[in-house]
Amino acid sequence: MIQDKKEHKFGMVIDLDKCTGCGSCMVSCMSENNIPFKEDESRKKDSITWMRVYKLTNGKSFPDIQIAYLPRPCQHCSGKGGHGHSPCVSVCPATATDYGYDTGIVSQIYTRCFGCRYCMGACPYHARYFNWWDPEWPAGQEKYLSPNVSPRMRGVVEKCSLCYHRYQAARDKAYYEGRDDIEESEYQTACTTACPAGAIVFGDLNDPSHMVHQIVKPDPHPDPMNKYVVDKSRNPKVFRLLERLGTNTKIYYLSEREWVRKAGDNYLDGEWDKVKNHHGSSSK
Amino acid sequence: MDSALIPEGADRCSFPKFAIGICIVGAVALWGVYAMFLCWFKGLNQTNMNDYYGFALWIWADLAVIAVGGGAFFTGLLKYIFNVDELKNIINFAVIIGFICYSSALLILAIDIGQPLRGWFIFWHANVHSMLTEVAFCLSCYFAVLTIEFIPNLLENRQANKVPFFRHLAHNMHGVMAIFAATGAFLSFFHQGSLGGVAGVMYGRPFAVREGLLIWPWTFFLFTWSAAAFGPCFTLLVTWITEVVTGKKLVKDNVVHLLAKISGWMITTYIIAKIIDTIYWAYVTAPSLGFKMSHFYTNNSFYGYWILITEIVVCGVIPGILLLNKSTRENSTTRWIAIVLGVIGVCLNRWVMVLQIMAVPVMSFDTWALYVPSWQEVATTVLPVAYGIIFIAITYRYLPVFPQERELNHTKLEQ
Repeated sequence: MIQDKKEHKFGMVIDLDKCTGCGSCMVSCMSENNIPFKEDESRKKDSITWMRVYKLTNGKSFPDIQIAYLPRPCQHCSGKGGHGHSPCVSVCPATATDYGYDTGIVSQIYTRCFGCRYCMGACPYHARYFNWWDPEWPAGQEKYLSPNVSPRMRGVVEKCSLCYHRYQAARDKAYYEGRDDIEESEYQTACTTACPAGAIVFGDLNDPSHMVHQIVKPDPHPDPMNKYVVDKSRNPKVFRLLERLGTNTKIYYLSEREWVRKAGDNYLDGEWDKVKNHHGSSSK
Repeated sequence: MDSALIPEGADRCSFPKFAIGICIVGAVALWGVYAMFLCWFKGLNQTNMNDYYGFALWIWADLAVIAVGGGAFFTGLLKYIFNVDELKNIINFAVIIGFICYSSALLILAIDIGQPLRGWFIFWHANVHSMLTEVAFCLSCYFAVLTIEFIPNLLENRQANKVPFFRHLAHNMHGVMAIFAATGAFLSFFHQGSLGGVAGVMYGRPFAVREGLLIWPWTFFLFTWSAAAFGPCFTLLVTWITEVVTGKKLVKDNVVHLLAKISGWMITTYIIAKIIDTIYWAYVTAPSLGFKMSHFYTNNSFYGYWILITEIVVCGVIPGILLLNKSTRENSTTRWIAIVLGVIGVCLNRWVMVLQIMAVPVMSFDTWALYVPSWQEVATTVLPVAYGIIFIAITYRYLPVFPQERELNHTKLEQ
């Protein structure tokens, strides 16, 4: 067994100014993780998209309108205070979803989930999906399913695993080669590698040598304005979705545009000005 | 035809008339059973739930029947622990209603989960941090307690009571019922509360989340309180419906007035607590997360301020006042208005705490999600109602449910 005692905190930062909304991340995710298709995919609210790209606008009309695309995988929350009690993990009655303290990844145990869907209700990001239907693929495609990812049965919840099987493969390789740890390039998620714009940067937020750490610069101290918020980015251009709730996600977003950063959370009238000044992020 | 089974001295309709009634309601129940099997065999794609509405009509029905079934534990607590002796005349029926409500809740849960055969995982792989785990354990245990509470009444059937063992068992069980009533009240406190906790701990959902005491959000206490307050209203409502259907007076007015008075006090104190909770949530909790109260009640076609006003004022404050005031409590019209409003109010509260939570967008770029249940969902929700009617009809016909029935209808029988 590999002697990998280092505590990782895998996460990503997505540059929304680079994202073109092409959907490659979604396609690669579906392909990599054996995500099935419905016969009728027109009803999007019961389609499974571990990675979903949202379209954001600044609400202005031509010629001032601006658009941003926001890819949203599972946010892998570490919960209030970063103790691992993610909104979904803490509510699952059968311990079918778990927080990996060694990786920071929120896992889903498909064979233990009995489909109560409490985790879906608790997740404000809509990152969890229920298998309303039996898993089916277009004829012939089942031959191309990944052998490293188990398909899910009807009646259970599933979600992004940060391509955990790739982490396992990288660890196996390191073990075989007699190494204690894996390199940054050895474990990259499917969406990261598929993004043609290089908008997604993935790695260990705890490792200062990793690009994601260098961009995010996570603050080791709790936010003085909210004791539940930890690992806040010290980069004024970086933000997280619904950070104020204290979910402490490990998916960070980067944008030079103020309206995009503001869209990441909810603010009362006049609050944003105080917050942006607090972070020194007053660029337009 | 079945006269040997009918309680001695009780007047019941003819068997054919009874059987026709059961068949009509049974047809509705069969419709629900058909929908239930569709859901079990074809999966939850038979519903109109989706990934935004993971909790929907069934969870509402589940919470609502448990809330209105709260009359069983609260009446038991008053009768056996606080020695409110008059309530012995309605306790049997309160237990039967509770039994129906809780068995229905368990049935709905069995349909609602995506993998029904794995339902036992909630006990086997229990996550002690989850409110739903607490619900499952306390609900199952309390259902067992309700079954025990129901057994003596069952054994008082005219034929069963002829067997000495059953007669003595029923008598002795009555003697130790205080222990079960206390256990039931304890378990109910936790399962009613943890159902409230299910919503209150969802800190990713600003509409639901509440601060609280230790590990319990305020919704924990509000749910227990509201079940104790409105549960007796439902007991009185069903008693009244039974009286109308059978054409007989079954419970004396002083018993009804007493339970209505207790309910009135509970509703009034509950609604004060609920108003304080709502104000604190609207002006402290939600704003601290970046939300104005208007965010939750505007910009959509269904969830407006009307729902908040209806729940708290129309179906909370008004029934509380009507039941507290002696003259309106003892006036049958105003009392029934209060009772009906109260039952609607607690059901509406459970609706809000399930469906509105799912409807409200949290991410700033997300949208409201509205949902209309499929016929399969409606049929399986109607199923417990039909089952309840059949169960009450059978127990009323063959068991001495109402101790005052003979006395109240004595003159009529003699004529």
